[in-house]
Amino acid sequence: MQAHQRMLDPISNGLHSGESPLLRTVGLTKRYGDFLANDSIDIEIWPNEIHALLGENGAGKSTLVKAIYGLIQPSAGEIRWHGDRIVLSGPSEARSRGIGMVFQHFSLFDNLTVAENVALGLDGTESFKDMSARLEQVSKTYGLPLDPRREVWQLSVGERQRIEIVRALMQDPKFLILDEPTAVLTPQEADQLFIVLERLKAEGRAILYISHKLEEVKRLCDTATILRGGKKIQTCNPRLETAASLARMMVGGEIKEVKAAAGRQTTIPRLVVNDLSLAPDEAHGVWLEHISFELKGGEILGIAGVAGNGQDELFAALSGERLSNDPGTVVIEGIAAGHLSITRRRKLGAAFVPEERLGHGTAPRMKLSENALLTGHAASGMVHHGFIDTAATLKTVDRATETFDVRKAKRDPEAASLSGGNLQKFIVGREILRNPAVLVVSQPTWGVDAGAAAVIRQALLDLATAGAAVLVTSQDLDELAEIADRIAVMFHGRLSEPLATRDATREKLGLLMGGSSLEPKEAVHAVGA
Amino acid sequence: MELVEAIILSVLAASTPLLIAATGELVTERSGVLNLGVEGMMIVGAACGFGGAWLTGSIFVGALFGIVAGTLMSLMFALMALGLAVNQVATGLALTILGVGLSGLIGAGFVGERITPAAHLNIPGLTDIPLVGRVLFGEDAFIYFSIALIIGVWWFLYRTRAGLILRACGDNHISAHALGYPVLHIRTLAVMFGGACAGLAGAYLPLAYTPFFIPGMTAGRGWIALALVVFASWRPGRLVVGAYLFGAVTILQLHAQGWGVGIPSQFMSALPYLATVIVLVLLSRARTGGSTAPAALGTVFVPDR
Repeated sequence: MQAHQRMLDPISNGLHSGESPLLRTVGLTKRYGDFLANDSIDIEIWPNEIHALLGENGAGKSTLVKAIYGLIQPSAGEIRWHGDRIVLSGPSEARSRGIGMVFQHFSLFDNLTVAENVALGLDGTESFKDMSARLEQVSKTYGLPLDPRREVWQLSVGERQRIEIVRALMQDPKFLILDEPTAVLTPQEADQLFIVLERLKAEGRAILYISHKLEEVKRLCDTATILRGGKKIQTCNPRLETAASLARMMVGGEIKEVKAAAGRQTTIPRLVVNDLSLAPDEAHGVWLEHISFELKGGEILGIAGVAGNGQDELFAALSGERLSNDPGTVVIEGIAAGHLSITRRRKLGAAFVPEERLGHGTAPRMKLSENALLTGHAASGMVHHGFIDTAATLKTVDRATETFDVRKAKRDPEAASLSGGNLQKFIVGREILRNPAVLVVSQPTWGVDAGAAAVIRQALLDLATAGAAVLVTSQDLDELAEIADRIAVMFHGRLSEPLATRDATREKLGLLMGGSSLEPKEAVHAVGA
Repeated sequence: MELVEAIILSVLAASTPLLIAATGELVTERSGVLNLGVEGMMIVGAACGFGGAWLTGSIFVGALFGIVAGTLMSLMFALMALGLAVNQVATGLALTILGVGLSGLIGAGFVGERITPAAHLNIPGLTDIPLVGRVLFGEDAFIYFSIALIIGVWWFLYRTRAGLILRACGDNHISAHALGYPVLHIRTLAVMFGGACAGLAGAYLPLAYTPFFIPGMTAGRGWIALALVVFASWRPGRLVVGAYLFGAVTILQLHAQGWGVGIPSQFMSALPYLATVIVLVLLSRARTGGSTAPAALGTVFVPDR
């Protein structure tokens, strides 16, 4: 750790001598009951600066920015704006002082138009007509095109984020907070966003940038403050750090490196999908179109793509939540299974981990043992003559706890009481302990902290080494690069040819994620699809 | 001709309490709150409205009593469903049960009493025009007010910033809160407006429709008003059409019995609900996207402070 004590105190460095920072928190503390979400945090933000805020889930990043934006009141400490102490009564006061925020979970209204959404984020002193005109002008100036008359539900995720950013920019903020803005963007969309951010910085504004993507932070940010367990660990220059050293500061120790066993052998095809096409079952669902791939034992296939391009529909078709009329479209262990129920597919040796942990992966208000039973009843000997073998279900919980280091308050708590990472370890563990021949897992480490993510990725690699076929859907390209042997991309319900991971550069994947084809000849067809 | 005029007049009179109550509920639901207590607020409004008019001899005071009574009932709902974040469906149903009992208690003293009903407009010359004269220029004040009310609500919802904020709360309260709008305050005001309208709609019955009070005289009109909001798919324009349609069905049912048409009256009474079900099916089939209902309708919101 000694090497990282390059404390970057702007005042002692003489970088900004004689001025006061744009925004400064002094001993900012937020207490929820006994829990200290923010423990005496000091942070300084200067004009012309993109300042990263790093930390694992639960480190206190959201709490800190909510306090700065006036959404919550600090329990102790103060916020200084241009050197003067301010008490923010609410977000509208923060906005009127020049503090803007773009939320991670968009604060948009699906059934209102773009212009109405923007109007709601402003103080309403100008007429709707003037506001609409200014909206078009701002979106043109910054290269963020928007049609003010469309309703939000019709827009893509990238367009929705544009609304948020334009809404914040229309208040001409001196200081803009961005909470994980690139989590939902393709690499190309993210690049466009960075151009906008660089421009805002050049205009003399300050940006506080929350992200989990450390490479991105190193590229974009001038300063980084790392939080852990509600405390500030340090402020440093991310360009002088490595992604690994930043991660170490966030986690407070070494992250176990995920290692694939050498010489993994691929065996027989265990999961085969033949020309699977499926109509969506809801109004705005995605059509699956002619999806085909073959997955052998000992192999991990990654599926990349921006959310909402058919990944959920594909998962449903593979798991048996949606059935196909043609049994041959999904073949598990050599048996046509397209028409089989979830339970029958499990009996063939398949296991499924959906993206949503609470409500899909587990029943939140049921105990872990009961949740183990819900997926294990068919094939794991937990039910005898219609009666539940409670001892067997509890044993599954204990084994998952032990093998995957699930941290919980008691032996068999409700699923909802576990933290995201621990619950995810339990769900993945529950399925892996069944020794599946085929594992289909969606977003295995979504919203999971770095330590738990490493455990889960290692478990997936070990499962493949043991001979299972593993299909991983993820929006995290780094994750796929780390564990997958081949990567395919979903776009508008179609799946690209898988690329060997060593050939799958970010640029190639980004093009595919944006709907372009890698072969120029076919580009026209792919975009038209 | 006289029969046609009489039917139109009675349809207008039968539709007005539905229109007023449903207008209030529309605003409440547009803010994201489902108050199923309309029937209860209406019947208490009827009892208090009649009591006020009987004691003072003034229809205006009676109407005010109805409004205040409905508002107080809705405040009770707001305290439970918004302040304490109790389930809105359960609270609304409880409010109706409470209202039915409470109105019997309040009205016990003046069952059988009569008052002079609300006066009708009379402009010599205009009111005497055959067929349209009495329909356009010979109604009571409640009817004119109900038209002004729904136009006002339309204008408020779609032409003012406050209306936009109210709709935003009904669409996504988490976003509205994140932008700094006081969701619970706005919803409380919307619930109070709904209560005031329901109270006035209830008071209309003994003050203008039939000039006496009997327990249970709302006879399910509160439930029809609730169905009407859904029928109108939360749009003020469709609400007017629906209110007069449902009013017409009620009147048709009376005349059908008089003429000896062989349709059971129970079937006619069920028509508004049947129509609502059919409209819901049609809406969901024709839906192009987004949601017809306010997306946050009936969901509990607890701000994190």
